[in-house]
Amino acid sequence: MSARSESRLVSRPLVGLLGLAVVGFAIFPWLGGQYYVDLLMRVMILGIFAMSLDLLIGYTGLISFGHAAFFGLTGYVLVMVTPETGSISVWLALPACLIAAALVAAVIGWMSIRTSGIYFIMLTLALAQMLYYFFNDSTKYGGSDGTFIASRPSVSIGSLRLLDLGDRLTLYYVVLASMVGTFLLLMVLLRAPFGQVIQAIRANEARTRALGFAVQHYKLASFVIAGALAGFAGFLEATHTGIISPAHLSWHESGLVMIMVILGGMGTIYGAVLGAFILVFLQEFLQDMTEHWQLALGLIIIAVVLLLPKGVAGLPKQLAGTVGGRRQSRDAASVVEANDG
Amino acid sequence: MDLTAFLIQVLNGVQYGFLLFLVASGLTLIFGIMGIINLAHGAFFMIGAYLAYSLTALVGNFFVAVLLGVFVMVAVGYLIERFAISFLYRRDHLYQVLLTYGLILVFNELQKIIWGTDFHSVPVPALLAGSVPLGSTQSYPIYRFFISLVCLAIAAGMYLVIARTRLGMMIRAGAWDREVVQTLGINIGRLFAIVFSLGAALAAFAGMIGAPVSSVYPGMGDQVLIISFVVVVIGGIGSVKGAFIGAMLIGLGDTFGKVLVPNLASFVVYALMAAVLLWRPQGLFGRGT
Repeated sequence: MSARSESRLVSRPLVGLLGLAVVGFAIFPWLGGQYYVDLLMRVMILGIFAMSLDLLIGYTGLISFGHAAFFGLTGYVLVMVTPETGSISVWLALPACLIAAALVAAVIGWMSIRTSGIYFIMLTLALAQMLYYFFNDSTKYGGSDGTFIASRPSVSIGSLRLLDLGDRLTLYYVVLASMVGTFLLLMVLLRAPFGQVIQAIRANEARTRALGFAVQHYKLASFVIAGALAGFAGFLEATHTGIISPAHLSWHESGLVMIMVILGGMGTIYGAVLGAFILVFLQEFLQDMTEHWQLALGLIIIAVVLLLPKGVAGLPKQLAGTVGGRRQSRDAASVVEANDG
Repeated sequence: MDLTAFLIQVLNGVQYGFLLFLVASGLTLIFGIMGIINLAHGAFFMIGAYLAYSLTALVGNFFVAVLLGVFVMVAVGYLIERFAISFLYRRDHLYQVLLTYGLILVFNELQKIIWGTDFHSVPVPALLAGSVPLGSTQSYPIYRFFISLVCLAIAAGMYLVIARTRLGMMIRAGAWDREVVQTLGINIGRLFAIVFSLGAALAAFAGMIGAPVSSVYPGMGDQVLIISFVVVVIGGIGSVKGAFIGAMLIGLGDTFGKVLVPNLASFVVYALMAAVLLWRPQGLFGRGT
């Protein structure tokens, strides 16, 4: 099992590609216009969001359909802690957001992981929707219109101002660093014993339990970590746009982030960023072409599900025709495992 | 709240619960028998409501329009099952979620293209337009009684079909063990197509007969879908009886929630769900997960 998951983490040529991609992100502001810088910032933020969901879907085998709850929640937390005049220190705002996201994830996770399969999907959806209605119906934070965030968090030590998050370019590099940091964090996590156990749960839960692991605790921990990371992405999003509305927590957002994970190829982490990239630019492209871009997006999603079972990241392998054979043998192996498990 | 007002709220709650039952029963059967999570189920409800609006205007008679609409939706359900859903039976729930989410985007956008974003209303048929006096000062619309009675008849019919007929036997057997049913020589593909088309028609029917008491608007399917999920989660997946109890609980809970705690109304149903799940994680009539 460890050998298989070892080989699934990033291979050597891929490290080069990913490095190039990061360099590309880093030099882009010197080449492209302001509009595309903003668009790329959105890609990276959604990339962090999607990476956090990949930890659940691609590695722990938990199909959460309520992941936007944590993404939107932190925006509201930021509104709550930001004073009307002046700004809040990021050293206070960020922990507040992360703790809030982790706590809510712990509650939703605790209720949901007692179930599995379709049940888990529906339960995470319904509980996230509960949070959506909470903010949608409350008059305090602008109801369904949402509200503005009075000021961006300040980054300073003592009286020394380190960064100005209101500056687009500064924020761009903060987001880039956050994305790379999240990626590395997840890589370390997945290589650690914890990551090996959650991948074992995905492969064969009964056997992992039989080996003596407290499966439920690991699932809950994974859910909380993913929730906190989604909250981190939400914090960056709110800082970037300066507005928050219930739409950020809606199930459409949960559906879109799930599509990013699948498009990029789940169980790869970096694929989540690729998926975010594809979806954001696809939306841009379709919106330019037609007013009814959602129709085209829907049809593309249906086509991807029917034609690209491994996502865009799996396309080269699929074209080479090697994926089919390998998947069959892996399925056969898991059937054997399930039978004697 | 005096007794008459209380009674009116109970009637409203029961009527809402019945409509939810029509949507949720199809959803729960599609889960239970086909193992498919169908997010597009709410879209069927929405299409039903819009069909009632357009067809009533076209043929001039609400009942004929509903009849036509049901036939249209059986056909639509059949086509979707054949050309999309049937590719998903052996695949992970994740892909079912994605594909049916794609279907929602398609249906919602088609709705905008065909009917626009305005709110529409469907007139209550003249035959059922009056109201019944309740107590000395209040009254209750006949049409709402009609909705409840029709739904009750359908629920009873469903019970008879599932409990007494050969098709019902296949449905129950299919929910229990797909592979064994197949080896017994039953054409499971056809059974799936029937269940899916009937489920789609039921959801659309709910949208159609509900249309005269609520307006017809974009996004109405999404709301019903999520509430129906709550109903199915409470009742237990695959259990029609559970869907019925869950629908009544939510129908009454939502109606009284709106009266008693207006600010937290949409919260109440989720609190109910959480309470049931703390007690029975697999739902009231679920077989465990």
